[in-house]
Amino acid sequence: MTGLLIAAAQWADQPVIDWHAIAPEVVLVATAALLIVLDVTLLERAKPLISAVAGLGLLASIIPVITLAISDDTTRSLFGGAYVIDRPSLLLKALFILTGYVVVLMSTNYIAEGDYWESEYYTLLVLSIVGMTVMSSARDLISVFIAFELLSIPTYMMSAWRKGDVRSNEAGLKYYLMGIFATGVLLYGMSLLYGVGGTTSLAGIGERIAEANSEVITLAVIFTVVGFGFKVSAVPFHMWAPDTYEGAPTPVTAFLSVASKAGGFVALINVVYFCFVAGGASGRSNVLTPAIFIISALSMTVGNVIALRQSNVVRLLAYSGIAQAGFILAPFAVAGERPGESYSSVIVYLVIYAAMNLGAFAVVIAAARKTRSAEISSMRGMFQYAPGLTLAMTIFLFSLMGIPPLGGWYAKFGIWKVLVDANTGYGYALAILLAINTVVAAGYYLRIAKAMWFEDAADGDTAPVVLPSSLRYAMAICVIATLLFGVLPNLLSQAASVVAAGV
Amino acid sequence: MNSAHNWLLPLITFVPLAGAAVMLVIPKQQENLHKGISLVASLVAFGLGVYLLTLFDMDKGKSLQFVVDKSWIDVIHSRFIMGIDGISLPLMGLTLFIMPLVFIYTWNHVPAPGNAKAYTILMLVLQTGMIGSFTSQDLILFFVFFEVVLVPMYFMIGIWGGEQRQYAAIKFFLYTLFGSALMIVSFLSLYFLVKDPSTGEALHSFDMRLLTEAGGAGIARTTAILIFGGMFMGFGIKVPIFPFHTWLPDAHTQAPTQGSVILAAVLLKLGTYGFVRIALPMLPVAARWWAPIIAVLATIGIIYGALGCLAQTDMKRLIAFSSVAHMGFVMLGIATLTDYGINAAVFGMVAHGLITGMLFFVAGSMKDRYHTLEIKRLGGLLVSAPKMGWILGFSAMASLGLPGLAGFWGEFPAILAAYQPADGLSVGLFRTCMVIAALGTVFAAGYLLWMFQRTSFGFPKAEFENDPHIRDVRFSEWLAWTPMLLGIVLFGFLPGLLFQVSNPAATFIANAAQAVVGG
Repeated sequence: MTGLLIAAAQWADQPVIDWHAIAPEVVLVATAALLIVLDVTLLERAKPLISAVAGLGLLASIIPVITLAISDDTTRSLFGGAYVIDRPSLLLKALFILTGYVVVLMSTNYIAEGDYWESEYYTLLVLSIVGMTVMSSARDLISVFIAFELLSIPTYMMSAWRKGDVRSNEAGLKYYLMGIFATGVLLYGMSLLYGVGGTTSLAGIGERIAEANSEVITLAVIFTVVGFGFKVSAVPFHMWAPDTYEGAPTPVTAFLSVASKAGGFVALINVVYFCFVAGGASGRSNVLTPAIFIISALSMTVGNVIALRQSNVVRLLAYSGIAQAGFILAPFAVAGERPGESYSSVIVYLVIYAAMNLGAFAVVIAAARKTRSAEISSMRGMFQYAPGLTLAMTIFLFSLMGIPPLGGWYAKFGIWKVLVDANTGYGYALAILLAINTVVAAGYYLRIAKAMWFEDAADGDTAPVVLPSSLRYAMAICVIATLLFGVLPNLLSQAASVVAAGV
Repeated sequence: MNSAHNWLLPLITFVPLAGAAVMLVIPKQQENLHKGISLVASLVAFGLGVYLLTLFDMDKGKSLQFVVDKSWIDVIHSRFIMGIDGISLPLMGLTLFIMPLVFIYTWNHVPAPGNAKAYTILMLVLQTGMIGSFTSQDLILFFVFFEVVLVPMYFMIGIWGGEQRQYAAIKFFLYTLFGSALMIVSFLSLYFLVKDPSTGEALHSFDMRLLTEAGGAGIARTTAILIFGGMFMGFGIKVPIFPFHTWLPDAHTQAPTQGSVILAAVLLKLGTYGFVRIALPMLPVAARWWAPIIAVLATIGIIYGALGCLAQTDMKRLIAFSSVAHMGFVMLGIATLTDYGINAAVFGMVAHGLITGMLFFVAGSMKDRYHTLEIKRLGGLLVSAPKMGWILGFSAMASLGLPGLAGFWGEFPAILAAYQPADGLSVGLFRTCMVIAALGTVFAAGYLLWMFQRTSFGFPKAEFENDPHIRDVRFSEWLAWTPMLLGIVLFGFLPGLLFQVSNPAATFIANAAQAVVGG
């Protein structure tokens, strides 16, 4: 009797929460709340403060990430295993937070000068990042889904932020409609997974679907992959990306193409590595591999071929992002054979991709301050009046191409390595496709480089570009990261490869 | 082995890059300062190279010296390994020797549209890439340097090049990138497939020393042939081997003078060096299968290059095609898989670097004066600028393989080597190649003398008769050219200087390439 009472009392207690483990999210949520409070109390006077507060809040949330990384207790599991903090998840949190910080730097002048709503913008941005950091730790269908919605919904609104521009409205609406459609598909897949697994825990479902084999599981796996495929803009679910990218404010586009896409990939990582292939005998990779192979091969090829014909830098980067999504998807095709290595190669790629792609968008924003255009032709002759900007863009472009010693080469190399290592037909086929696509991609990246370096400025206008300091910092961070990861990739791969043992 | 001085190689490799980093913060208006810093950086590298030469143990030329071995990317077992042996040393020396001369030449010859800062920075980056390729002893490190070279050359051609510069630059870049993409897949296959001969376990290493020692153990013959094929594309495009040579005439013709000189003198050697250093000793079984193919393509290259020369109307394009022919001799030497052939190849690389580099220098200076290199508009160079005319004549003689000048020792031993290829290779085929290649030297004499005669003999055409721009060799040109001319004579009279360095290493590689390890 007493035993029962004690048990009941314990049940009635609050669950034990490791506050240190969720401190990054707590700081972020507090930042979002503070932004709202500042806005409603100070009104107009808050405007100059808002972006600084958002940036500082993001930097503050990095501190607990660091203390968690250096604490002895490297793996913490909360809420019955639904929420896990380990090395790779901390790396991803750091990635999302720093990406957010760079986007804040890129947005500062853009949003203020465009006379858009400010505090709402930064609040939504920070909330979306909360969703991403939660996603890095989610190991349960419910937390995956909530994180996925939390990271998505703010971006629908942010895409439409240039409220006076029809294209921005179109961008937001298109993204929203496509997004909720994808959510529907995803939710259907998840409900099937729950139906088969009888639990919401990813690991638990993984064990069940590895034992059983039925059409329902095939359907569940494919629906889930498709649902996330929209988010990462993989072909054939990519149609929203070019229009949304072009219409949305450019800092938002940068955020979508890096952070939001990485969020989708992390969601895919969670369900693939902790569920689909986790349960013994390489799990359900027999279903997963062909599906991923098709999506990956299509994405890199279609994305690259269409990118060749673009005349607008943002659209070009959108299609190049689709192709890059194909590259990042490739290791998932060998997830069954080499779970640890393919997992870390994806994470390494996401981090390096964030640095170089954000950088490229930062340069586009900087150049547009003078030219008011994102056409490739408007970038002609930039070497003559903005050599520093041209050099930075060149570094990002060649890194995206995969030329050493810039970060991109190592990212691509990691994927090649795991594809060859897996020693499967799918792996080799994707490795060769990746090699061919690298050359195709060089074709359009070089077109931008060519316009900037080899051609003369339009109308002989060689007035220098005036850069606000926040944009300068954003670019400096991206350049340094791109160079550093290329020359000393050890920094990154060590953090990511700890997983190899864990998965 | 000289481990006390193992800081030398990284220093020599990165001094130019350090110079470039310093120049980045100096405003571009101070042109002379930029030229000065770049020259000093390359001279420091050269001085360190001379110091290294005095410490180099010639008797142990077959083994790596000044080895640095530091951890770099642990997860992929790639290490920062540098070291040089008798094959790397001459090529590194060639690079260190040529680059200061190029910077001296640049002093008065910054091509349009100017901007000495960017131009010299790119060349310094290029220098680091080239030296790094010759010194690195880890496949990934080698790959990184090999690729670094691409970017500055792309910009040099694309910005400072001739009329068709954009087309030539992109063609150069995409061609080479295609080769390297396949090459890196080959490197990865080596990493995963090569087994340690003593233990039979997978080696999982990019260390060139270990991979050479393993000699492709554990790889099935067909797989090895495919992997060699990937490298063949990577290195072969760079050399370039017929039929992958089509980027070369465009790149050479459009590149600014300095670009052409560096391209001819050093860049092409990265390909041949890759064959000698990586492809042959690491995959001996496949090398045996590929050798006849390479020999035939090399011979076709010799003849095709020569015929191509005869059809050219532009002097620079003619010299570019002669490169295809000369690199054919180098590849023929390599294809024999013998120490004799590899020695010839190394000598051929250095000789071609000096001679063709020199020819491009003269062509560049002529273009500066005449503003055209169309052969039929030129003529009478010996009248209007006699000294330059004689230098052109001298270089042409050296290029056609006149005994007593460096070119002879590159071609003649390569032809001889084809008489007796390594055991197991078809003697008949190689001797046929030998005869055809020997005929190629006659063609070479033909096109070079024809070019010399049409540009230098006779009297200047009316349009240039009293052109004040056509002045004789200037001081900075003398300064840049004299060392090269002396080098051509020196190696012509004393080829032993170079052979004694390369021979131990060439013997080592030939033995490795001939050792057939059961797969």
